[in-house]
Amino acid sequence: MPGPSVGRLGDGRLHLQYGPIDLVITVEGDGDAEVRAEKAMEFRFRTILDELVDELPLLRADIASRPSPRGDVARRMVAATSDLHSGDFATSMVAVAGAVADTIADVGWASASLRRLIVNNGGDIAIRQVPHASTTVGVVDDVTSGRVVGRLHVAGDSGVGGVATSGWGGRSVSFGVADAVTVIARTAAEADVAASLIANAVDVPGHPAIERRRACDVKDDSDLGERLVTCGVGALDTDDVDRALDAGVVRAELALLSPAVIGVILCLQERRRFLLPSTVTID
Amino acid sequence: MTIETVVSADDFDQPGEGKVRCEACPIRCFIKPGQTGSCDRYGNVDGVLTRMDPVVVLERAIDRGDEIVSFTGETSGSLVSSRLIASGAGTTYPDYKPAPFIVSSDHEGVDTVTVVTEGIFSYCGVKVKIDTDRHVGDETSAVLYEGQPVGHVSTTEYGSQMLSLGGVHHLTGLTKHAGLATMRALEELCEKRAVELQVEGGAHLVVQAGRAPIINGVTERRMRVGCGSATVGMFAGQWHELVDEVVVVDEHITGVLSEHQAGAVLGMRPTGIKIRGRRSTPGRIFNVAGPGSGWGGTTITDPLEVLLPFNKKHAWPGLRLLMTSTTGEDWAYYVLDENLQPVPTPTPADVLPTVEQISLNCEPALTSVVFMAGAGGSLRAGTTTSPIALTHSIHSGETRVTVGGAPVYLWPGGGITIMVDVERVPPSSFGHVPTPAIVAPLEFTVPRDRYLALGGHASSIRSLDDVVANERVRYVREQAKYSS
Repeated sequence: MPGPSVGRLGDGRLHLQYGPIDLVITVEGDGDAEVRAEKAMEFRFRTILDELVDELPLLRADIASRPSPRGDVARRMVAATSDLHSGDFATSMVAVAGAVADTIADVGWASASLRRLIVNNGGDIAIRQVPHASTTVGVVDDVTSGRVVGRLHVAGDSGVGGVATSGWGGRSVSFGVADAVTVIARTAAEADVAASLIANAVDVPGHPAIERRRACDVKDDSDLGERLVTCGVGALDTDDVDRALDAGVVRAELALLSPAVIGVILCLQERRRFLLPSTVTID
Repeated sequence: MTIETVVSADDFDQPGEGKVRCEACPIRCFIKPGQTGSCDRYGNVDGVLTRMDPVVVLERAIDRGDEIVSFTGETSGSLVSSRLIASGAGTTYPDYKPAPFIVSSDHEGVDTVTVVTEGIFSYCGVKVKIDTDRHVGDETSAVLYEGQPVGHVSTTEYGSQMLSLGGVHHLTGLTKHAGLATMRALEELCEKRAVELQVEGGAHLVVQAGRAPIINGVTERRMRVGCGSATVGMFAGQWHELVDEVVVVDEHITGVLSEHQAGAVLGMRPTGIKIRGRRSTPGRIFNVAGPGSGWGGTTITDPLEVLLPFNKKHAWPGLRLLMTSTTGEDWAYYVLDENLQPVPTPTPADVLPTVEQISLNCEPALTSVVFMAGAGGSLRAGTTTSPIALTHSIHSGETRVTVGGAPVYLWPGGGITIMVDVERVPPSSFGHVPTPAIVAPLEFTVPRDRYLALGGHASSIRSLDDVVANERVRYVREQAKYSS
C-alpha cells in the first residue's frame, strides 16, 4: 500500500495527499516558523487517515444515533454535525473534509507563530490568521466547473475560520440541486456540514429534469444507503430555480441561527442568493 | 454467558459478488464492478482492481504486406513495432511531477525518449469542414448543440463550409450548460461520433468525421468540382461543339460559357443570355440567387429563375442551352422556341457524358474534424524542468509532437498550439473532465541526449518492455485512419 505523500506544488505550497485526502497548504510566517509549522503538520498528517478508518463504522452512522468516537478528528466531525443537523438526516462523514482541514490547521497554528495559515482540502478551507491579516477566497458558482465568480474577503478579526462549498456534481454527493452553496463559518468542519445540509435543501422535489439514483448504486458502500442522490440536472425554468433557492434560503436561515455559521451564498443556474454579514465582503 | 471468541471486523468484511478490494490507502474500499473507490482514482473493471484508463500501445506491422498477427501478449514482437501513445496515460498531479510515462526506445537508430501524458485542455476546440455548397448559415451565426451555443459558422472555403466549435470562451466563459454542451460536442466529434447541430437561422446538420454530412435531412453526396466559373473553364472544350450556351449555377460565382474567357477563346458566338445578379468579369456572375439548399448552394430549384429574357439581337430560335450545378447532380437542357423562350427538352445522348464528367470529377462529400489545442501550459513541467526549453525544442523541430501517435500541425509563433486530424487518432483517446475541459493524448519524442540536455526527468525514463510488463495496456493496431 502506498503511504501518505508529501510534496510541494510549483508555487511552493505544501501538498499532502493520501487516498481521498488532498491538502494544499499555504504557510506564512518567518522562515523558522514556517518550517516548524510544516513539519508539525506533516507529522500529524501521517496517521490521520488511519485514525478515521479505525472508526469508520461509527462515523458512517446516522448522527441521530449519537455516536461517540475517540479520535480527535472524529470527535470534531460528530460535534459539528450534531450542532447543525437540526433533525436532517446526516452522518458525521458530512464533516470529514472540513474536520481534517481544521485538525491540520490547528496543529500548524499551535506549533509556531505564523501570520497566516490556509489548509485547503479540496475546496473545504480552514483559515487561521492574525487579527490584522486578511484572506481572499475565490467563490465558485458551480462545484462541477469550479468557475470562480467572486472573491470573498475574510478579515482576521471576522471570526471566520472556515469556508466550504457543496453542491451536486464533481466529487460531492447531494440530495439537492444546488450548483454551489458556499458557507463561511467559525471552523471548516462547521462550514462543511452547513454547506452540505443547505445544498441538500435546494431542491424542487419531483421535477422531471432532475435525475436521481440510489446512493448505494452510485457508490456501493455509501453511508447514504438507498437515499436518492442527484445525478443530473437539466435546465430548470426560472420559477423552479427560484423555488429551489427559496427552499435553500429557509434552511440557510436556520443554520445562521447557530453562532457557528456566519454567511451563506447559494448558486443555481445563473441565479444567486447572498446571506452575508457586513463583516464579510464579496466583489 | 461468556464470550469465547472475538470476531475481527475483517471477518465480516467479505467482498460480495464480483467486488474487489482496493489496497491503495487504508480505507480499503470494496468496489463493485463498474464503480470507483472513494478517491475516484481506482475502480473495478470486470472484477480487476484498475488504475482507471489503461495506456495504449500502438502497433505497426513491419511487414506491411502481411496480415497482422494479433498481439496476444506472448508474441515475440518481431512482427510488430510497438510504441506507447498517451491515450489513457493519465496525468500527474501536481504538474511538476514527471509525466506518467517517460519511455526510452530506439527510433531509426537514434536512442530516443518519448514523454507520454494526457493534456487537460481548457483552451481547445475543433474546426469542422463540411464538404458542401449548400448554405448552412451566415458567417458568425451561432452553432447550437443540445440547444446551447457551442461555436459559430466560420468561413466558406472552396467547396466547403467551415464551423469553429469550442474554444475557451465557449467552454468556460458562457453559462455552465453551454460549457458542458460544448465539452460534450467536442468529445463526440473528436471520438468520430455523429453529432447533431443546429445553426441559428440556418441548417440542421448531422456531422461525423469521415462521413458524408447530412444537411436538413439530406445526405450530401458530392463535393463540387469547382465554382461555376471554374467548371465552365474546365469543361468548355467538351461543350462548345455540343451546345450553344452553358450556365453553371453557383451561389458565389455562376459561370456563363459564351461570355467566359474560355468560350471567347473557343470562338463561341454571343447568345444574348441575361442572368440575374451582378456581373463581375465576363462570364462570371455574383449573387444569382440567395444561399440555400437548391442548385449549387442557392435557393434555386428551377434553374430558369436565374434567367432574364434573352436579348433578341443576339439570341435565335433553336439555341441549345445546358444548365448544370457545380456537382453535376442537377442539370437541365433547353432549346429556345420561336419566341426565344427556353423549352425543357430531353438531354441529347452526346451531352449527357459532359454532365457525367462533372460528377466523375467530384470527390465524395465528407465531414472532417481537426482538433486544435494549446499545449503550452503547465503540462510541460512533467516533461522537463525547463518548460521554455521544451517549447524552443519543439519549434526547432528537434522534439516531435504527436497526439495519440498522429502527426500534428504546429502553429508558428509562441506557445505549442497544434492541430490534428481526429481520424488519425485511435478511438477512445479523447475524454473530458467536468471543469469543463477536453482530455487528449500528447507525446513528445526527442533524442535521448537532447532530452537530458532539456532538463528532462532522467530518473523516470523506463523501457517500453517495463511498461508493458507492469502496467495495464491496451493494444491498438496502427491505421492510416480510424473510425469511431
